[in-house]
Amino acid sequence: MRNSVFWLVIVAVGIAFVVVSRLYLTNEYFYFAGYVVLQYIVLSTAWNILGGYTGYTNFGTGAFFAVGAYSSAVLHKLPQLLHSAFDLTIIPVPLPVMIVVGGLISGLLGLGTGYLTLRLRGVFFAIATLALSIVVQTLIVNWDFVGGSRGIYIIRPAMAPLGGGYIEYLFTLMTALSVLSVGIARSIEGSRLGLGLAAIRDDELAAEASGVPTLRLKLIATTMSGALMGMAGAPLPYYVTYLDPASSFNLAYAVNSVAMPVIGGMTSWIGPVIGAILLGTIQQLATVTISSALNLLIVGVLLILFVIIAPNGIVGLVQGWRRKWESDG
Amino acid sequence: MIIQSGLLLNAIIAGILLGGFYAAVSVGVTISFGMLDIANISQPAFILLGSYAAYMTNLYFGLDPILTGIVMTPAFFVLGMAVYRLYYFAFERRGDQAIQGLAFFFGLLFVGEVSLVLIFGVDYRFVAASYIGPSIHMGIVELPLRMLLPCVFSLIMVGLLQLYLSRSFIGRAILAVSQDGLALQLMAASPIKIKQIAFGISIATCAVAGSFLIIIQPVEPSIGRDYIGRIFAICVLGGMTSMPGMLIAAMLIGVVESITATFYGPSWAPAVSFGFLLVTLAVRPAGLMGR
Repeated sequence: MRNSVFWLVIVAVGIAFVVVSRLYLTNEYFYFAGYVVLQYIVLSTAWNILGGYTGYTNFGTGAFFAVGAYSSAVLHKLPQLLHSAFDLTIIPVPLPVMIVVGGLISGLLGLGTGYLTLRLRGVFFAIATLALSIVVQTLIVNWDFVGGSRGIYIIRPAMAPLGGGYIEYLFTLMTALSVLSVGIARSIEGSRLGLGLAAIRDDELAAEASGVPTLRLKLIATTMSGALMGMAGAPLPYYVTYLDPASSFNLAYAVNSVAMPVIGGMTSWIGPVIGAILLGTIQQLATVTISSALNLLIVGVLLILFVIIAPNGIVGLVQGWRRKWESDG
Repeated sequence: MIIQSGLLLNAIIAGILLGGFYAAVSVGVTISFGMLDIANISQPAFILLGSYAAYMTNLYFGLDPILTGIVMTPAFFVLGMAVYRLYYFAFERRGDQAIQGLAFFFGLLFVGEVSLVLIFGVDYRFVAASYIGPSIHMGIVELPLRMLLPCVFSLIMVGLLQLYLSRSFIGRAILAVSQDGLALQLMAASPIKIKQIAFGISIATCAVAGSFLIIIQPVEPSIGRDYIGRIFAICVLGGMTSMPGMLIAAMLIGVVESITATFYGPSWAPAVSFGFLLVTLAVRPAGLMGR
């Protein structure tokens, strides 16, 4: 399928998805649960651009995600601050603007991480990203303007654009972000950029020697991955209405965004989507029916089982079966 | 000024004691990551397992935590060997250890933490022992026993391990496998068996380190994460394979953290070790005593 056709198809699917749910689903819980699953589609697709395509493991998803969320919190408080400090009155910042700003700031953080890849490969890069997320968390904990470790309450605007309640609005935005990230991932895959990234993943030295501009490509990958994670985090303050460092930097985001692509399959755009829908739905069901601690245990155990038994994920399993079927028939 | 310098002196001494404890926590990773090239980021989960083992025996049998830690080492050794077996068959043998292997240990860390939450809840747990509380006073210097004892025992443990690695046959084989596995094979020793023993030792140290941890501070399942950065910072800063280097790095990070906590507040302390790690990785990946 050509890229332009693919974009048209997924945008149509996105719109149809939102319209159908708005027409037939009135239960608010569906939107709350659906938002989380969609958010994981964005996060795991973003992670996969760096982890799956380029071969750099990022354990710091929480940092990028939370930076997006906290940039929204700052923008939310901005009118109030300007009013009290400079007697300026500005309109509240709309959420789509916050998403763009959150994406820009997390993208910058991603660019910084990209320069780390100059020195750090493999395990060292992974540990550095883990360290990065703790450093960023410490900064936020000590930053009083956004509530420090106590957290900050965010009051949703009374009116939601596009009709319906505010949660429906958040759901629509997250669907749009999912479409955007899946579209980007798929466009990268077949492009020169994607081939370059795959060359880096397979053998960075050989790629460099064959004239692949490795640093530039890695910087593009880290920036793009970071920006998408930040965009996924930007609506979070309005979703939870109470933002605190412990939950916004939760290790669960990092584990999930690693586990979903690994379980789905890392070499193709569809892998993270399958992983996110599968794991995200299981977790939502387990949270409601069993307990929220147990659903995290499920993710951990599935992650371990899959890396041992099926290192190429569900996509790899299906490809294996298909190959076998074709050679038999 | 006198108060300030007294505070500084106490902060430095507290930091050295803390550093001694950090050495016990990091020695396992220096063996597994530094020597065997296995990035065991789930080490903190095993340390917490050690803490909770000490907590249980202390609660039900009133046993001394440090004693429990030492008694538990064989069990942890066997556990470590089992984990290495699994790791070997699933990843090392196939040759793809990079992302999958890391994801495996990441999953293990998470499963360990969540299991502890499910069993013990998220309340802080602590142990009772005669040396928790009192301090030795020497002029303006204060030596809390609950810091001093872990530090002393930790130095003994690191010393014994260093002795074992440099003197015994298996210890030397472990050092050899870290340099050249194939050459070791040509000397008729199995690298896999040697690595299995070494990984077992690295997990066995968690039993002791975990008992120190619960003496020093109350423990809840998620504090393990704070130690990932510290452990790897110390390991990398110390030059990966060198025990003396690891010890110096542990002391250094302990002192810097303690000074930060005293003068800027404890909430800034975690950033110190992670900042150290990021800077070390970016500027001098070979560490202080690197080859």
